[in-house]
Amino acid sequence: MNAYVGAGGGTRHDSRLPAGPLGGAWQRYRQDLPLISAANKRQLRVLVVGSGLAGASAAASLAEQGYLVSLITYHDSPRRAHSVAAQGGINAAKNYANDGDSVTRLFRDTVKGGDFRAREAGCFRLAELSTAIIDQCVAQGVPFAREYGGTLANRSFGGALVSRTFYARGQTGQQLLYGAVQALLRQVEAGRIVLLPRRDLVELVLVDGVARGVVCRHLVSGELETYTANAVVLASGGYSNVYYLSTNAVKSNVSALWRAYRKGADFANPCFTQIHPTCIPSGDAYQSKLTLMSESLRNDGRMWLPARPADGREPEAIPEDERDYFLERQYPTYGNMVPRDVASRRAREQCLAGHGVGPGGRSVYLDLGDAIARDGKAAIEARYGNLLEMYERITGKDPLVTPLRIYPAPHYTMGGLWVDYQLMSTVPGLFVLGEANFSEHGANRLGASALMQGLADGYFIAPATITAWLAGQPQPEVGPDHPACRQARAEAGARIAALLVPRGGSRPPRPVDSWHRQLGHLMIEACGISRHGPRLEQAITEVEDLRQAFAEEGGVADLGACRDPSSPGAGRGISTELEKALRLQDYFGLADLMLRDALAREESCGAHFRQEHQTAAGEARRDDARFGHIAAWQWRGGGAPQRHVEPLPFSEITPSQRDYR
Amino acid sequence: MSATLSLTLRIWRQELPGAPGRFETHQLEQVSADLSLLEALDWLNERLIAAGERPVTFEHDCREGICGSCGFLVNGQAHGPQAATSVCQLYLRRFRDGEVLVLEPWRARAFPLLQDLSVDRSALDRVLAAGGYCSVNTGQAPEANAQLVGREQAASAFDTATCIGCGACVASCRNASASLFVAAKLAHLGQLPQGQPERQSRALAMTERMAAEGFGSCSSQLECEAVCPKQISADWISWMHRERRR
Repeated sequence: MNAYVGAGGGTRHDSRLPAGPLGGAWQRYRQDLPLISAANKRQLRVLVVGSGLAGASAAASLAEQGYLVSLITYHDSPRRAHSVAAQGGINAAKNYANDGDSVTRLFRDTVKGGDFRAREAGCFRLAELSTAIIDQCVAQGVPFAREYGGTLANRSFGGALVSRTFYARGQTGQQLLYGAVQALLRQVEAGRIVLLPRRDLVELVLVDGVARGVVCRHLVSGELETYTANAVVLASGGYSNVYYLSTNAVKSNVSALWRAYRKGADFANPCFTQIHPTCIPSGDAYQSKLTLMSESLRNDGRMWLPARPADGREPEAIPEDERDYFLERQYPTYGNMVPRDVASRRAREQCLAGHGVGPGGRSVYLDLGDAIARDGKAAIEARYGNLLEMYERITGKDPLVTPLRIYPAPHYTMGGLWVDYQLMSTVPGLFVLGEANFSEHGANRLGASALMQGLADGYFIAPATITAWLAGQPQPEVGPDHPACRQARAEAGARIAALLVPRGGSRPPRPVDSWHRQLGHLMIEACGISRHGPRLEQAITEVEDLRQAFAEEGGVADLGACRDPSSPGAGRGISTELEKALRLQDYFGLADLMLRDALAREESCGAHFRQEHQTAAGEARRDDARFGHIAAWQWRGGGAPQRHVEPLPFSEITPSQRDYR
Repeated sequence: MSATLSLTLRIWRQELPGAPGRFETHQLEQVSADLSLLEALDWLNERLIAAGERPVTFEHDCREGICGSCGFLVNGQAHGPQAATSVCQLYLRRFRDGEVLVLEPWRARAFPLLQDLSVDRSALDRVLAAGGYCSVNTGQAPEANAQLVGREQAASAFDTATCIGCGACVASCRNASASLFVAAKLAHLGQLPQGQPERQSRALAMTERMAAEGFGSCSSQLECEAVCPKQISADWISWMHRERRR
């Protein structure tokens, strides 16, 4: 048994990892999972929160098996979930390029890319399932790029030396999501899925410690609604918006995860957040998001900066020998294709040393010039068409004429709710899928691996393991009037009421975004690309001060007409400010936990770089003896959270220092 | 220092579906030309909130032109004056200093108004649910390269599959037809071998559902193509009509 050992030394939770060799372990494991008859499945309800790749694929696959599924999303349509914005591609160990790829190699790249902070068994299963995902998506009609002969095309991606990435121009996430959402709508039509759009999860319902439902706020009516089920699935995405500006959609949020955390679902590795190297830099204070430029551009783009600090010349005026291709210089083997964390850190370093370009010296060049000279403009346009158009639309500059200006931005969160091999959290009956769980990306995710993981979880893993859970579990009837539901509704109602500031008071509260911006500034500076112990400690106090200030001075003006104070549905009608305030409260809690996790992890690994822990060459220094583990944090009411550890033994692959030089 | 400009916004305000609406005028003074129009609305909303007033409701999320959430009329044009651009990607540098922008919600019987610039487009999902898929369960798929798809054919299918479901085609059509939306999905799946078994039943089911949801028939004015942020060709609408008679 792989125990997840508590700080006190006692076994807290079993990771339920497979026994025996990694190859074929998942297939063997599946064969022993209990089953449920088709007739009985029709009596069981599963509630899925989130309609991205993981949520939509899980909902569709569960409904195909016969379960009654309800799907909750804050969007007006499931097709809008932020998976839609994933650009570059999806990895699979098909070895179509005949360049030596294999399941084992994809497994090794994933473990190594994650800097040895993920479970071997999970990564191996992911690599094994990768090929079936491509088959499934193609069968749905996902229009992947093709070769002239009609076979599927591949390209290479950061952190890999083989071509294993499948893509649909720069809109791979969109096409995969539409495939999954169409499968989902087919089940809606068949009456097996009930769509519940325009709803925010505000509370999780536990009955005797088991997840049995959720309380939502309907974003149009403002009513609090309760939905119950036999199992609850969270596939609500990542939490990069804790930094305010990120590549995430503006409304992406941590609330579903945070509400579950406060009900006993441990939060694993919250400080593992990925800062993506190639994004359009920030400018105006009212800029609402940072837009990603797919790192596939690094296949053809060369990153460089003026060799001379504070060189004010336009890029075209800087001769070749006065340009510093800093990644190629520092990493001759991988060059511009080093993993994301390495590229981000080096770019930031160069900017801090005064080489940066653009407003405030906060960006670097990504130059397609050589690729255009080699392959021609038409070829580059065909490869990256929509990305280049998007860049031009946002910045007003044509990247085929002048180099792109890019800078790292928060993008993906490897951390998330702790799950065992069956994707169940420490709350029984609560499953967590996709970016929302912590699982296979360790301390750093490789490019084109998020889509793979979301779909592996949703299409293949969760449908098997949720069945196993339901098969072994007595299911007492729980309806919306169950005392646990009533209590959760009352808590949610009280929380909303406390945020409403009566109209006609001394003065209206500050806009919620202005608080969020403050929190974001603090977090990106203290807990972003580079972290330092004393600063982290100080930031914990600053976050707490900000949280308290918001509790005292923040809130949402109660616009009167729509509110009945006696009802738990206080805050009736559309109130985007209330939505933001509820999300911000949860970000305050998360920010504190991220800082504590970053402080406790006294090593550098993957995207987590502690300035105190680096080699003479400025590379991250891991400490496997002390930190070769997953850190999982347990909510303890108002007190400090408890840190538990799950050791990470490696049998197939020996941890080594990553070396991309 | 980036350039700034001042604009006058005339925005449709309507608190509830049945309530009367009106245009409200707001001045944006010296805002950065590098803001998007939605960021300018954020700017305005922060001022409304600070004054204790109700902020303007509009749909948005990814703010990079791919989720399809955003959309309203700018001076009568769906998503505003820039071709191939959803309104979140419309930057103020496109406008002249002192210009007046009239912002109105999509207006179509199948898109009931919710508040201000926000409408309910769930009818589009119901049209898609009628048949906009290949009926294949998880686990049934054959090896991906077993079926070859020509490069041009795959690219053409992709071009129609890029529809983001924003509803601009409906909003710009005098008949409030969803023909371009439906044709795009039929063409995406109908051009691929995977979509062949259900090709005709899909065309019938989706066009019938479109009518049942209250969308009109094609007005043949091609305004849908002009406003489509993904530049999907209206030729596919003629193609769709042939599909129904196959």
